[in-house]
Order: sequence, then structure tokens, then C-alpha cells
Amino acid sequence: MRGARSPSSVKLSWRMLWRDWRGGELQMLAAALLIAVTSVTAVGFFVDRVERGLQYQAAELIAADLVLSASKRIRPRFEQQARKRGLRTAHISQFRSVAVAGERLQLVEVKAVSAHYPLRGTLRSATAAYVTDRPAEGIPARGRAWVQPRLLQALGLRVGERFQLGESQFTITRVLTYEPDPGGDLFSVAPRLLINLDDLPATRLIQAGALVNYRLLIAGDAPAVAALRDELALQLRPGETLLGVQDGRPELRAALERAQRFLGLAALISALLAGVAIATAARRFARRHLDTSAILRCLGAGQSLVIRAFSLEMLWLALLASSVGVLGGLLTQSLIARLLEHLLLAELPPPSWRPLLGGYATGVILLLGFALPPLLALRHVPPLRVLRRNATGPDARTWQVYSGVLLAMATLLYWQLGDARLVLYVMAGMLATVGLLGVAARGLILLLGRLRARVGVAWRFGLANIARRPGASVLQIVAFGLAIMVLLLLSSVRDDLLRDWRRSLPPNAPNHFLINVQPDQVAGMRAFFAAQGAGAPQLHPLVRARLTRVNEHPVSSEDYPDERAKHLVTREFNLSWADQPQADNRIVAGHWWTAEEHGRPLLSLESGLAETLGIKLHDTLGFEVNGRRLTFTVSSLRQVEWDSFNVNFFTLVPPGVLDTQPASYITSLYLDATQKRRLGELVKQFPNVTVIDIEAIMNRVRGIMDRVIEAVEFIFLFTLAAGLAVLYAAIQANQDERRYESAVLRTLGARRAVLWRGLVAEFLTLGALSGLLAGLAATALAWVLAEQVFHFDYRFNPRVALIGIVAGMVIVGSAGVLGTRSVLSRPPALSLRQGG
Amino acid sequence: MEAPSSENSVQALGLGMQVRTGEGPLVILDDINFCIAAGSSVALLGASGSGKTTLLGLLAGLDRPSAGRVLVHGRDLEALDEDGRAQLRAENIGFVFQNFQLLHGLTAQENVMLPLELAGVEHPRAQAAEFLARVGLERRLGHYPNQLSGGEQQRCAIARAFAARPTVLIADEPTGNLDAQTGARIIELLFELNRAQGATLIMATHDEALAGHCRERLLLQAGRLV
Ligand SMILES: Nc1ncnc2c1ncn2[C@@H]1O[C@H](COP(=O)(O)OP(=O)(O)OP(=O)(O)O)[C@@H](O)[C@H]1O
Ligand SMILES: [Mg+2]
Repeated sequence: MRGARSPSSVKLSWRMLWRDWRGGELQMLAAALLIAVTSVTAVGFFVDRVERGLQYQAAELIAADLVLSASKRIRPRFEQQARKRGLRTAHISQFRSVAVAGERLQLVEVKAVSAHYPLRGTLRSATAAYVTDRPAEGIPARGRAWVQPRLLQALGLRVGERFQLGESQFTITRVLTYEPDPGGDLFSVAPRLLINLDDLPATRLIQAGALVNYRLLIAGDAPAVAALRDELALQLRPGETLLGVQDGRPELRAALERAQRFLGLAALISALLAGVAIATAARRFARRHLDTSAILRCLGAGQSLVIRAFSLEMLWLALLASSVGVLGGLLTQSLIARLLEHLLLAELPPPSWRPLLGGYATGVILLLGFALPPLLALRHVPPLRVLRRNATGPDARTWQVYSGVLLAMATLLYWQLGDARLVLYVMAGMLATVGLLGVAARGLILLLGRLRARVGVAWRFGLANIARRPGASVLQIVAFGLAIMVLLLLSSVRDDLLRDWRRSLPPNAPNHFLINVQPDQVAGMRAFFAAQGAGAPQLHPLVRARLTRVNEHPVSSEDYPDERAKHLVTREFNLSWADQPQADNRIVAGHWWTAEEHGRPLLSLESGLAETLGIKLHDTLGFEVNGRRLTFTVSSLRQVEWDSFNVNFFTLVPPGVLDTQPASYITSLYLDATQKRRLGELVKQFPNVTVIDIEAIMNRVRGIMDRVIEAVEFIFLFTLAAGLAVLYAAIQANQDERRYESAVLRTLGARRAVLWRGLVAEFLTLGALSGLLAGLAATALAWVLAEQVFHFDYRFNPRVALIGIVAGMVIVGSAGVLGTRSVLSRPPALSLRQGG
Repeated sequence: MEAPSSENSVQALGLGMQVRTGEGPLVILDDINFCIAAGSSVALLGASGSGKTTLLGLLAGLDRPSAGRVLVHGRDLEALDEDGRAQLRAENIGFVFQNFQLLHGLTAQENVMLPLELAGVEHPRAQAAEFLARVGLERRLGHYPNQLSGGEQQRCAIARAFAARPTVLIADEPTGNLDAQTGARIIELLFELNRAQGATLIMATHDEALAGHCRERLLLQAGRLV
């Protein structure tokens, strides 16, 4: 019998949707939902595009989207396969050789490149050593060479002069200041020179047995590249490897990861705030539908029909609002993208469809999750309510339902962010904040009660309003508090966070590396810089070593499926020693050695590398150091802030272990433009020392930071909108009671001015309370974020609480009074007629 | 729709209602027994607070008694679950409230359509219009409750109560909120519909004159029938 009726629930729900819409019951829910979906989708699309744009930037680091690197000439079929997929290609042949100029010889790294190199990023060059550079066009013409400034020093040449390479003569036409793909080892000793690939045969340098690295650069559409990558991976022979975009420099990887976290956080806060707005609006909706539910039941609707009808009504609303929201998101992101195109990235890749799905999922989950629980409680409304107004059923087992909601949200967010820890932190932070806000709000309301006796009539009325509905007031304060907290986070605290991030790479961060300093030159080097006024650089010893065994198993790159791991495990390790960890290192497992442990074969490993290679604490690593085999036990794992650009090492050992090994020293330091010009003197005084200028790479990290900060600021505008929705919903929350009460009071003879002042008093008080709590919460949250997630030093700023109070009073006060103006302007008769 | 399957349309067997209050248990209804024949009309009389509303609520299955049973067309309400009772109401019982209980967001016509929609009736809109015409509201179809006078609201509520053609009509002081003249017209309307549809009418009232129109009368005093 009941089954026969079930189709009517669909019809009934549509009717309810239409009638509620007409009655103005759904607008607030729909608006909150719209903001949520629009912002989440816009953020989703935008983050997606920016992420892919940044990925694209990261592609510059290998000058391509994909690189096939081989020790033998690249088989032509690979290039054909790439071309078939419509991808662009270029070739590099790189090898070591000797450049000759008169009497002088210099080991050089020759990079012979074909037209269209680089496929991603640009070369930069200058007309002389250490002068301002600019983007270079094309590649060196036949017979021409572009060289690193170090080569000029080494050969005693200037731009325009010639040198011999193999059997060919080359004219130096430009100084090479920046290659997108320096590749491999930053500390490589040989200066690089760039020639045209067509000149290579004539040099006769490429002969059987020559150690040449051949690289095929590939770039184009991401899906085509991915497909090609999969295709090529199956055809690789020993000696051939594929390099993807992820394999860039650790400094940039760190910056990008942090950038994603910032953007992700912005999306997260918007979504959660919108949820709060929806929950607030839904609570009101549910209360206004107690009668509907009771009458439906009295007229013979079963519980299940009531649930079905309300659930379906919400589902329709979710789908409709999400469709509009998704469209809005799509429009908005294209607007932002156009707005930021010049600021952000030269060219943003088109949006993918994934965020669309995310938008719908967000809409449905938010509405069903946050709005349904209070509505489901309607099924418990006893039909008896039609006889006795106050008869309400048990409150929904709201907590059970909400934990389901949180779980659903966490899943959704995880899907969006892909960072379980971040999701966990923010969810826990949010819950703790809401809980604490609630408890604190309740306490403050109790205190208010005592104040009531000592104030004038308007204030007494206002304060009474707050104290009379403690539950609703707590909810309102929590909602206001959350909104203001986010506004505060967005203003002052965000600035602090972003400034701190920028500060982590200050303008005077080290921009030069000096390598290959001999032990007997250390003192002289220090004296040189002291005389220059550049301070005393910290010199770190390093000994080159090869990893041969992990836990007594011989190491082979075949053991590692991961390409990055393959690459890392076979390259040379730089072992250094120190008695203290550097300031930007954090021990995440094990402990740093004590003075008694100096001289013991212990090793501190960078945690990222440990993870990639699957090495754990207490594992043993066998290294070959100058022909000798040494075994170390991993005694600590270290997290390194690579984007600080300090000299850092993947592997550190205690002092007294490698001291007898032949070591060279390395340092990083900041040189300004004037000091930079004196580098010539330094090179003269210490001819074997190699100077590496990393200014260019640092500027790129700074560029990424600046762009991400701009993007984050823009995205936070949506969070702002969500915050305003929460405010609005919270003000609407007890509009009905307020309307009825004020009508009754006016009937009893209260003048409008008194009621108006009462409203002002109520909202000013609510604003001050929630602002105070919000200020404290914002500071705490910023501290947690800074310390735990972003690893900045955050300084507590007590002013934020004060700003919170003032902001709360102004915002909530004005919004509240404006939002409830209609309560006083409506004739009381109208309010009374509609009932409470 | 089920036809009245027994001569007795509503039966109370040892009905009791007791609620817990701050000052201990409070007996509202005590050992109520009666039997109402199908198609009859009954006036439920009693002072304010004597338990009339409570009793009507129990008869309609809106609440559950703490003792005893209610049979509607021989079916024991206690044997039904919440949804079962709702179903029974949808098919058999119409209710008219002292304070009308119209939904404010819906027009007069939509209010009357509600029970028809719930019963899955075809063309609820036309039928609702017909019922509203019978109570003289044919020109107020699109009006919202707050645009109707008290008497008009009550007529609308009556139209809603009759719309699903119930076999039992329960009215709780249907004229309590109305002036004498309007009240009299409402009562006329109720009896007219009672006769036309052969529905059992159970009506709580203070009004002796009104009770005189009814075939039977039940008098409640402090929760007991006398
Ligand atoms: N849930 C309850 N808790 C406590 N007392 C209740 C409850 N429900 C009803 N009562 C009490 O039971 C008594 C009967 O109430 P009821 O509403 O049935 O009276 P009534 O006869 O309809 O009165 P009136 O003519 O004023 O409408 C009243 O004293 C009322 O206060
Ligand atoms: Mg009553």
C-alpha cells in the first residue's frame, strides 16, 4: 500500500520546492549554496589551472615536458612517435671536452642543441660577463658559442674572441647567464658552453667510446605527453631513462608544494565556511517547517514520506543551485584567469573537467550533509504539535549525522587537496574552534545575565534577547565568530603568513655558491670576504661518495621503480659533517649526535630522500669514499627547507669520521651588485675555486611565490563571500522570533525607538563577543598553521583580539541592524497574523 | 479507500492518559469507554482543561494513550506503527482545529490540495477548488491564510478536512475562535457535509446549543466521562 504511494513523494517534493521557493524559504539556502559552489568551483578550476601552469613552469627546469635521456644516440623511432602525437621535439648532446685558447686549456661541458631548444622556458644571455642579461633568441648560429662567464675567466677570453673545440673554431658571441635546464649537478666543476648541434660532427669529438649524454626533449599537450610517456616507458633499453616534470630542483619543488598548500587552504576555508552558512540557514528552514511536518503527518503522511519529500526537495535544490554555481564558477575563473594572465603566468592551460565534478559533489554533499540533518529531525515532530504548539520531537541525533557530514567533507577535501595531514589539521582546528567558541560563548552569555540589572531599558531588552535564547545565541556567536575569524585571518594574519613566507627567502638570501675550496684556502677565503665586508661565510666540508649498499644489499637502480629514486641512487652523494644541524633543518626522527657520538659512523639523512629511497631510521648505508668502503647507521632523519637556499646536504655525518678524507669546501653567500664585480679578484686569488651564480633560479622561486600570493589573495575573496554568507545566515537565523516578539512588544506599547536601540544593543554585544572570540581563535589558528603546516615562526599579535572586537561590533552591529530593519518597519499586525 | 467495515466507527476501550510533570504524575484522562456508530454525530462537552483536546488527539492517533485502546473501524490504533496510523488518518480521518492550522506559505487551494496529494488523488487542484466552492471560498482560491478572516480560514480548514472524504471527522472547538453568527454557519457546514458524505462527526465544544444538534453527547469532567 505504502509502496504504491511512493511515486508521489517525487511529485510532492517538487511541489514543496516550488512552494518554498515562492514563499522565500529557500533563497538563503540557495544563496549560501551558490556562493559555496561558485567559490569552490572557481577555486577548483583556478587552482587546477594554476597548478598545471606551475607544473608547466616546472617543465622549464628540464626545458621540456618530457626528456628521454640516453647514453647512446636516441633511436629515431622515439622522435617519430612523439611527432605522431603532435608533440614538439628538440635534441641535446652533452659531453665533456677541453676548450683551448692559446696556452690555456679548460675542461668544459659542451651542450650542443638543435633548433627550438629550449621547448619550455627561455635562455638568458648577456653581452659581457657579470652585466645585465636578457632573454636570448634562438640558439647559437653555426660557428658561434655562448659560454658561461666562468669559461671566460678560465680561458682569459672576452666576448668576440675565439677558442678551439676539437677540430673546430668557435667565436664567443654571448655570455650564457641562465639555462632553464642546468641539469644534473649544480656543483659540476666544468663551465658550460652552448653550440649549435649542426656544428658537432665537424668537431670530430663524438667518436666511439665518447661519454655523451643524448637527450630528446618533448613538449606539447599534457594528455599526449602522458600517453607518450607510458608508451616510451615500455620500450626503454638499459641506458635510456625518462625524465618528467617532477624531477626538477628541490628548491623549486619545495616552493611549488608550499604554493599548492596555500591554494588548497583557501579552497578548504571557503568550503567549510559555506557549510556553516548552509547549516545556519537550514536550521531556520527546519524550524519554520515544524508545522508543515506536523500538519503533513496529521493529514496522514507517514514518517518515511516526510523524510523522502524533504530529502528530495533538498536534492533538487542542491542540483539546481550547483548547476548555477558551477556555471558561475566557470565564468568567475575565466575572469580571474584573464585578470591574472599577465601577472601570473604567461599562459594558463585551459581548465580541466575535474573541478566541475567537484563543484557538484560539493553542492550535493554540503546541502545534503549540512541541511538534511535538521530536516531529518522533522520526521520526529509528533503530529500532536497541531494540538499543542510546543510539542516537538526529540532533537535529531544531530551529532551522529554531523560526524557523517564531517567524514563526507573530509573525503571531499582530501579528494581536492590530496593532503591528509592538512585536511586533518583544518578539520580538527575547525572542530576545536567551534567547540571552544561554543563553550566560551555560553560562558560570556552567563556573564551578560548579571550585567542586565545595571543597564538602561534598551540595553536590558537587547541583552535579554541574547540571554533568553542561550542556545540560539551560542550558535549565532559561533557563526559570527567563524566569519569574523576568517575575515581576520584574511586580513592581518594572512599578511603575516605571506610576509613570513616571503621572508623565508629574503632579498639577501645567499645568491652565490663557492665550491671546490681546498682545506688550506678556508682561512684565506674567510679573510677575503671579511675585507669585502660580506661577513664571514660558513664553509662546509664535503666528500664525494657513491652509495653502494643499503642494509648490506648492493644498490642497483633496477631496484627502484621510481625514476627519481633511480636517478638519486646512482648519482654522487656529497657527504658533509657538522657538529650542529643548520637552523633550517628539523630532526623528524631519531636524534642529532651528541658530543660523545662524534667520530662514530652515524648518518643523518634528509627525510624526503629517505622516503624516496625507502630508507628508515637505523638502516645501514654503505658508501664508497675514495675507493674505501664505509658503513654508516642512519641515526636521524632531517627535514630540510630547501627553498631557503642555504647550503644543505642530503647526507650528514658527525665530525671526526671523514676528517682524514680529501675534502673540498663549499659555501653560499649573498653578494650585491658591487661585490659581484669583485668576483674576478677572488677567482684570481683562488683560481681553482668555482663560483656559481644562483640568482636566476632564486628569482624564479621568488617569482613563483609572488604569483602564488597574488592568486591566494584573489581566491580569498571567495572565502570572504562565504564569510559574508555566514554572517547573513546567522542574522536571519532568529528573524522570525524577533519579528513576532517585536510585534507583541509594539502591541504592548513599546516605542520603535526603544526596540531599535535594543536591536543595536543586541547586535553590538553579539559582535563584541564573537569578535573577541574570533580574534583569539584567529591568532591561535594562524599560529598552528604557521608552526605546523607552513613552518614559519609566527609571532603572537595581541592586537588581533582587539581588532576582532572592533570589527565584530562594526560588522555585526551594522549588518545586524540593517538586516533586521524590516522587523521594525513591518506593521505589527502583519507579524502577528502569521503567528510565531 | 476502505469502506466502514463495522457499525462502530470509533471506539474507546479503557482509555487513560497520564503525563509526568514536575510535581509527579498528572492524570488527564481516566478509564474512558464509549462506542460511536458510523455516521453518527457526537458532541464532546466539558469545562476547559477537562481533557477534550487530549481525547480527540488520541482518537485521531496523534498521540498514544498510556492505557487502553482506540479502535477506528474496528482497527486497533495501538497495533499500528506511526506510519500505519498516518495511513489510517490519510484514508479515514479529517481533523478541524480550534486554531485552524493552515500552512502560511500555501494558498487556500494548496492547503486543501495537501490531503488529496498525500492520498495520491488525481487532479487534486480541481477537487480542491470544488471543496472550497462548497464552503463558499470559490473566489479566494489563490489567497494566503493571512489574507483570510478567521471564519474564512476555518472554512478553508473544513474544506481541507473533508477533501479526502474521511469517514470520521474530528473537530476541536471549530467555532471557538469565531463570532456566534460565523460559528453557526460553520456548524451548519459541518453537519451538511456530515450528512452528505455520511461521515461520523465528533466535535468538542463548550456550547450547549451546539451540542443539541448532535445525536449523542459525551460529557468530560476532570478526565472522566459522566
Ligand atoms: N503534555 C502535557 N503535560 C502536562 N499537562 C498536560 C499535557 N497535555 C495536557 N495537559 C493537561 O491536561 C489537561 C487537559 O488538557 P486539554 O487540552 O485536553 O483540555 P481541554 O479540555 O481541551 O481544554 P480547553 O477547553 O481549554 O481546550 C489540562 O489541564 C492540560 O494542562
Ligand atoms: Mg482544547
